[in-house]
Amino acid sequence: MRNNLLNYGDTKTWRIKFLRILVSPWFSRLFLWLAPLLFLSIFFFYPLTKILTLTFDLETFTDPNNLRITQHATRFTFYQATLSTILTFALGLPSAILFSRFDFHGKSLLRALTAVPFMLPTVVVAAAFNSLFSYKVTGSMLQVFNLQPSTLNFLLILTAHVFYNTTIVIRIVGNALSQLGPRIEASARILGADTFRTWRHITLPLLRPSLLAAALLVFMFDFTSFGVILLLGGSNFATLEVEIYIRALQLPNLNLAAFLSVIQLIFTLIFSILYTRTINQVQTQTAPRFSTARPPKTIKEKIFVATLTLLLSSFFFLPLVSLPVRSLTRLEPDRGQRDQVQYGFTTDYYEELFINRRGSLFYVPPVQAAVNSLGFAGITVLLSLALGYPAAYALAKPTRLEKFLDPFLMLPLGASTVMMGLGFILSFGRLIASPFFIPIAHTLIALPFVIRTLQPALASIPERLRQAASTLGASPFRVWQTVDFPILSRATLSAATFAFTVSLGEFGATLLITRPEYPTIPITISRFLSQPGGLNYGQAMAMATLLMLLTTLSILLIEKLRFNNAGEF
Amino acid sequence: MLEVRNLIKSYEGKPLLRDISFSVSQGETICLLGASGSGKSTILKMIAGLEFPESGDILFNNIDLAQTPPHLRDFGLVFQDYGLFPHLNVFDNVAFGLRMQRIKHKGHEGEIARRVHEMMELVNLTSFESRNVTDLSGGEQQRVALARALAPQPQLLMFDEPLGALDRSLKEDLLNELRGILRQTNIPAIYVTHDQEEAFAIADRILVLHDGIIIRDAAPHEIWKDPQSAFVAKLLGIGNVVEGEVIAKNKIKTAFGILSLDCVKNVGENIQLLVQQIPSPAGEGRGGEVIEEIQLTVEDVFFKQDQFQVKGRGVVLSESKDGLLIHMKDAPRVGDVIRVKVQVKCLV
Amino acid sequence: MKKLTLLVFSLRHAQGIAILFLLAACASAGPTTLTVMTHDSFAISEDVVTSFEEANNVDVVFLQSGDAGSMLNKAVLSKDAPLADVMFGVDNTFLSRALAADIFDAYQSPALSAVPAEFVLDSSFRALPVDYGDVCINYDKNYFAENNLAVPQSFEDLAKPEYNGLLVVENPATSSPGLAFMLATRAYFGDGFLDYWQSLKDNGVVVVDGWETAYYTNFSASSGNGNQPMVVSYASSPAAEVFFAPSPLTESPTASIIASGMCFRQIEFVGIFKNGQNRDLAEKFVDFMLGEQFQEDMPLNMFVYPVNEAAQLPDVFVNFAQIAENPAMLSYEEIATNRDAWIEAWAEIMK
Repeated sequence: MRNNLLNYGDTKTWRIKFLRILVSPWFSRLFLWLAPLLFLSIFFFYPLTKILTLTFDLETFTDPNNLRITQHATRFTFYQATLSTILTFALGLPSAILFSRFDFHGKSLLRALTAVPFMLPTVVVAAAFNSLFSYKVTGSMLQVFNLQPSTLNFLLILTAHVFYNTTIVIRIVGNALSQLGPRIEASARILGADTFRTWRHITLPLLRPSLLAAALLVFMFDFTSFGVILLLGGSNFATLEVEIYIRALQLPNLNLAAFLSVIQLIFTLIFSILYTRTINQVQTQTAPRFSTARPPKTIKEKIFVATLTLLLSSFFFLPLVSLPVRSLTRLEPDRGQRDQVQYGFTTDYYEELFINRRGSLFYVPPVQAAVNSLGFAGITVLLSLALGYPAAYALAKPTRLEKFLDPFLMLPLGASTVMMGLGFILSFGRLIASPFFIPIAHTLIALPFVIRTLQPALASIPERLRQAASTLGASPFRVWQTVDFPILSRATLSAATFAFTVSLGEFGATLLITRPEYPTIPITISRFLSQPGGLNYGQAMAMATLLMLLTTLSILLIEKLRFNNAGEF
Repeated sequence: MLEVRNLIKSYEGKPLLRDISFSVSQGETICLLGASGSGKSTILKMIAGLEFPESGDILFNNIDLAQTPPHLRDFGLVFQDYGLFPHLNVFDNVAFGLRMQRIKHKGHEGEIARRVHEMMELVNLTSFESRNVTDLSGGEQQRVALARALAPQPQLLMFDEPLGALDRSLKEDLLNELRGILRQTNIPAIYVTHDQEEAFAIADRILVLHDGIIIRDAAPHEIWKDPQSAFVAKLLGIGNVVEGEVIAKNKIKTAFGILSLDCVKNVGENIQLLVQQIPSPAGEGRGGEVIEEIQLTVEDVFFKQDQFQVKGRGVVLSESKDGLLIHMKDAPRVGDVIRVKVQVKCLV
Repeated sequence: MKKLTLLVFSLRHAQGIAILFLLAACASAGPTTLTVMTHDSFAISEDVVTSFEEANNVDVVFLQSGDAGSMLNKAVLSKDAPLADVMFGVDNTFLSRALAADIFDAYQSPALSAVPAEFVLDSSFRALPVDYGDVCINYDKNYFAENNLAVPQSFEDLAKPEYNGLLVVENPATSSPGLAFMLATRAYFGDGFLDYWQSLKDNGVVVVDGWETAYYTNFSASSGNGNQPMVVSYASSPAAEVFFAPSPLTESPTASIIASGMCFRQIEFVGIFKNGQNRDLAEKFVDFMLGEQFQEDMPLNMFVYPVNEAAQLPDVFVNFAQIAENPAMLSYEEIATNRDAWIEAWAEIMK
């Protein structure tokens, strides 16, 4: 026996009590929640409360005009979100089956490809869509189908939403499908159920929690959609978020903006509660995953795989590849022949990125913009992991407290960035010019993703392993170091990459802060796009290509190291 | 060495362990036997320091362990589901405990490798060191878990239903190996199980846990001879437990006839009796047990090991549910009435 | 010379305590800092700023705060403890809001002597003009030559069937040139401008959210190679097309329609924040912005015209940029009173 086993005599009971408090669930939970809640309170709830208390006014409710605007925006928000969700499922569900049930060439690349849009900044996606659907194409579409331009815009919005969010369905439902395993379905088959009835009575009911969770998340993202609607929607489409932006900044009516924000927050909270309830029913197992995928065998299966692969690759690949292509193409009307556009390969735009033609103070060498972006992304990763880890630990074994707090962690995803930006100014004044606020704003957005990635992985570590390590002589820290950390390393990496790409793409955080220096890649892109001229456009495309490459590499990394059973949300 | 005094613990508001006391001495293997959910594993966890008792003391070499965190207790624990680290290979799993003893083994990777190798030899897995634990069979995994627990030379070894997930023949092999290893290392051990065969095969002493207390604490052969209570007899599968009614001072009425036996009970009281078949040919009663001959109607016959198992029903009260299981060299026909010599004991 | 201090407890206003990461400047005797709040489109040459910094031993920090509307909102919200000393970029469509919120101190800069009186809209000298630009329709020269189509010369022309679906405009609720163009129609048609927009709508006018989309996605002469040969942009855009051409051009692919009343003149102003620090330096910076060096640097950086008459224009402006002879003007008071109602009414029509 080692000599630290001493008898402390009288102090014993006191020490035991203290020790028990230290290891009591109550105390450790409080300790875990401290940092994340403090962060959210200071940088989310405090500014939010501040702006809302200043501007929220129940009298807004009595103005019929305000009510009309609110009603209209709410109705349209629900309408487009519902349609978008349905369409996303129409593509996502077959894709989930494709990825979880079949093996085929280029599967992991295609899977990664579907995930890239989710992380791309709206400007880039809009540019990608635009450079792909050159207006010559859409123009003839308008004529062929006899569509109103606004209908086309609406279709574009829906398409972009599908483009963004299909990956959520693939991930959540696909993971659930892989865990279901073929055995249950096989038993149903043997008992005489045909394919359809097997799905109807066995697979679908078992998938229900994951279907619901995916639907809620997709719906929530579509519900708060901002950039896509603004950039692709034109004048007629105002979601709540867009209406808030307009009422807060363009047609100043802060009371109405606050009123709309509160409505959006309430809905987001409701969805978050529903989502956290359902996602906890989505099983995460520790058993090593057996592969349920196999190459397609029957003709029907082959047709399914071939068609869907083709559809997915064209839907995701074409817009993404159009950016780099565009950034390397010279496209000018030839002076000699009218209406003849000359295409040619050029690296001019990339070279121009390195030249400060006008000696501008705001010129950013691309390397510098990339370094700034990467730097902020790095800090965001550290910060969101430092805050996400304890929260995920607490959530891994949820008590009533966690069940209550869980939905609030998702809330930053649904808070209007415009109002948050104003709240920041009210709360922090000149301090928001500090470069620290950039990663803080990014962390606010990244944190829900990080927690959602770490939590299932953490929950899946059997307590046995920690107990085994403990009896083998590992101190609590050593247990974390030798058991939790290595097992979580892949989930950690994928959480880190999420935070990283969220920060790279800025995800709407631009409105949150004012930045005196340190421009990032998305900032540079929008700066190029703010002035006319072929070089500006080309350079924007070149910068967007750079950003897309960085994002794609990160996503490929996630895919490579994806924790077997960890969902990403 | 290990002494457990008056442990009390409740689970979700209900008392789980009401008053548990026992001790284990050097080189001794005790077996905690109880139904699932009886709190056996909880006792192990409290000894390991993974859970706290509500009251009571756990002493090792007369030192109170209340303030010693699990990693300083120097006890080994082997789980039913092995608890192997999936991210480490076999060697690193076994070496884990050695590496945690930083002072002892600092800079002594060679020393660690030697010790791991020794352990692997002990559990017959010499060529497995670089294998992935997830690729091993259940039996192999449990051997690794055993090697891992043994490697740091713990002061006490605990086994929480270690063979529960394994099939029968593997179980027997491992039990034999384990017995050998425990004897060889002379480490005191606590073995938790609900399987009486395992308990009899490995224990120096068996502790039967029931209703939050230890109702029997004795050597296996003593328990076999005298289970004392119907619960222990049923749990350990010792003989047949038969319901009876006292009809006179030393007469008890059962489905199999009236037996002459004095159980110190009043007339009219119900009682449970232990009925054990006497190996044929019927010999004399040993040490005062009552030998009786009973009659029963054969209901079912099946072959097991080297003789026939016969399930019979009492001829006296045929509506009684009591059935008796006996074994015979030759198979009777179903419906035959047979006579068997048994010895009968009172149970509490 | 910046140094990171640790987590600091800071008492903010009297209302609460916030724990913040602070970036504190070194206390050593470095130059003072002048903070200038601008919109995101602000640009300036480095050497120009450096010359001001060296002459006045000051660090100028530009706080880019979103688009003009966003910037103004932030300024109004933080007017008790302003985020900066000087604000540049509020234009005549927003001016009244800035003046009504009373965020600026008056300063009658001596440099105003070189500025024509027509630009000095605020007679109390709280907001001083810095630059101006005309929002006009740009057209794709090739398209009109190709199709033997005459370039429209009036608002009424735009509603004619031959121009069906050829014009893209920005939403006045979300875009500053969009608002300017709508104001031009208001100035021209008076209250009848809504009927005019109805006729434009019937004639297939395309409305998009912002200038970027209109210019780069819809406009046929830009690199986006879009579908509409006419776009609401700036009179200086043709010059930018030449200046930013991937290969040298002798002629701009685009031109502006500068017919009488069809352009709207935007004037951008600078003001010194009330309650700001560094009042002296702020005044010097305003003088500097109105001075020739800055005024001559502006055109190529922001593609706007200097208000200082003495400032020389760069060649590319002289050759390719146009200026409206007779731009539409509305008094900023009138804009102030009706702006929101006009936009709402417009949105109702264009639904």
